[in-house]
Amino acid sequence: MSKIAIKAENLSKAYQLGQIGTGTISRDLERWYARLRGKEDPFLRIGESNDQYSKSESNVVWSLRDISFEIEQGDAVGIIGRNGAGKSTLLKILSKVTAPTTGKISGKGRIASLLEVGTGFHPELSGRENIFLNGAILGMRKKEIQRKLEEIVDFAGIERYLDTPVKRYSSGMYVRLAFAVAAHLESEILIVDEVLAVGDAEFQKKCLGKMGEVSKGEGRTVLFVSHNMASVEQLCKKGIYLSNGKIKNADNINVIIDDYLNCENANTSSYESKVDKKDGNFLKIDLFEESGKKGNVFFNDTKPYLLIKYQLNEDVNNFNVGIIVSNSLNANIYSSADTDLNPSLTSLKKSGTYYVRVPLSVLNLNNGNYKITLLMGIINTTLFDEVSLDFTIQNNNYLNTGHRGGILLNIVKWDYLPK
Amino acid sequence: MEHQEEYNWTIEAKTSLFDLKFSEVWAYRDLLWLLVRRDFVSFYKQTILGPLWFFIQPLFTTIIFTFIFGNLAGISTDGLPKPLFYMAGITAWNYFADCLTKTSTVFRDNAGIFGKVYFPRLIMPLSIVVSNLVRFGVQMILFLIMMGYYYFTGANFNISWAISLFPVVVILMALLGLGTGMIISALTTKYRDLAFLVGFGVQLLMYATTVIYPLSEAVKKYPAYAWIIEYNPMTPIIETFRYGFLGEGSFSWGGFGYATLVTLLLLIFGTVIFNKVERNFVDTV
Repeated sequence: MSKIAIKAENLSKAYQLGQIGTGTISRDLERWYARLRGKEDPFLRIGESNDQYSKSESNVVWSLRDISFEIEQGDAVGIIGRNGAGKSTLLKILSKVTAPTTGKISGKGRIASLLEVGTGFHPELSGRENIFLNGAILGMRKKEIQRKLEEIVDFAGIERYLDTPVKRYSSGMYVRLAFAVAAHLESEILIVDEVLAVGDAEFQKKCLGKMGEVSKGEGRTVLFVSHNMASVEQLCKKGIYLSNGKIKNADNINVIIDDYLNCENANTSSYESKVDKKDGNFLKIDLFEESGKKGNVFFNDTKPYLLIKYQLNEDVNNFNVGIIVSNSLNANIYSSADTDLNPSLTSLKKSGTYYVRVPLSVLNLNNGNYKITLLMGIINTTLFDEVSLDFTIQNNNYLNTGHRGGILLNIVKWDYLPK
Repeated sequence: MEHQEEYNWTIEAKTSLFDLKFSEVWAYRDLLWLLVRRDFVSFYKQTILGPLWFFIQPLFTTIIFTFIFGNLAGISTDGLPKPLFYMAGITAWNYFADCLTKTSTVFRDNAGIFGKVYFPRLIMPLSIVVSNLVRFGVQMILFLIMMGYYYFTGANFNISWAISLFPVVVILMALLGLGTGMIISALTTKYRDLAFLVGFGVQLLMYATTVIYPLSEAVKKYPAYAWIIEYNPMTPIIETFRYGFLGEGSFSWGGFGYATLVTLLLLIFGTVIFNKVERNFVDTV
């Protein structure tokens, strides 16, 4: 039986909006008087859930509302959700930076939280001094840091600069050092906010590797918040999907990511222009499944397509329309243009409205979230219009391959040859 | 059947007022020393005079005070050499004032760290008091050098038995500054009005303390109002300090006991209110 490492019960957190000043003191007195009589805080009752995109009368928002969950020991849990869904608030409460408004969390083992790298670094102090200071802020004893010093310096790769003040460090070195200290903290629970956004790709990989090692190898519990689905998927086994301060779903990470992408991308599967541009623009773009049904979630063994309607306001030469398909890390996967197999299109094009059907090549794309950027204009000269749509590839697990990492899913037959 | 899990920590919306987490503070004691070291080292990094700067402020203040209050205004110094009299007052007062002002802005100054990582918040004000102690120690050396100079030039002062109270005096000054500072810091997280008061309040408070005049003089000249000065808990502390080192000053066990009592009450109140505010201040600071 696995053990529970963290258990949250009916956790809520309310924040006050607006300025704090002369106007708020009367309300504070009112709250204080209500508490004195043992009554409920009158201003918390009227608070509402935290939808940053809608206006409301009340100036109390619930950043988290009645959240309950359990996390098992040794699990790596990804917490995902849109901006403002309450992810960071949850991490802040877990790291004891702020207290919940109601509810309770209990847990087992020491927590190391990394809401920011390099908290408490002093620019004037040397790398060595900062390792000790930062380590102590994170809760390490001096002896513990001493023991790990070599390992930390090695991981950060800053040996030559160890006795130089950190203000002379490059920002990359600074982050590497900071992460190295935190990563070597001996704790049962590791909480990581999106700190990996900084640092180069190689270091990000190293950090993810270290965190993976931590959760898999050493049996530590890891809580990880990120908008980068690729790294969440790589690192985490389970996921919690927060939306407007509530748990929308908690399950295995693949299920959660699919759910998240479906919910958050529903509105970008089609496009309709609202204003006309000077030279010409896209009017309407839709994504279709092979069957002709509108949608933006495809299996990778199907043949989805795009229908594009655009207008040109003047006759132009050297005009083309193109698409670029990129993944969630913004890496281009392929691009394609109407002139590719039809060079004659570059000659004079009359003004008017055009309809095009573009097949979308998704064969071999792995599970994930992708973006199509549509561009139109005069080749290498003027961009008339640019539009982006999102789509998601869901593998129907054909050939029973299970889930594979990587950009492409390439299932081929291997032939053993006779000796 | 409910299975009861063993948890070793809980985070709750409300905790007891008197849950002061001293054991946690103890567990983080290494941090305390590292913070003190940081303050000390970063103070004189990239300066030429280095720690000598600790000397310069009290030295110049003493010179100015000697001219203005001693010579120009002609305030009595109980028959002690004027620079020595002021130096004693300034050294002691500075320590208290530094502890108070630095502690009173501890939440605002450290909002960045406090908002990102948890450690017992009490560590911060404690580290302030200890790093100021280092500074105080350096200034005490200057004071002792001056004492030595006046001793050899035959000035009229003598060390009294009350010098044995010196450690207690230092602790009282530290705790009084700490307690008052924590109360102010807790009150200023949401409404900052009080922070303005501290700025000039500490300066004014110096005049209500026997830094630039002896208590005996105040009692003689303003018998009706001298109680204000006597009820100021810093007065007996500075008077004891001066009596101990220079042999002049109004020392009484009653006054000393009173100062101790006030200090302890403010300290307890300060710690409780600080711990209460600490849990949520990040949201409002």
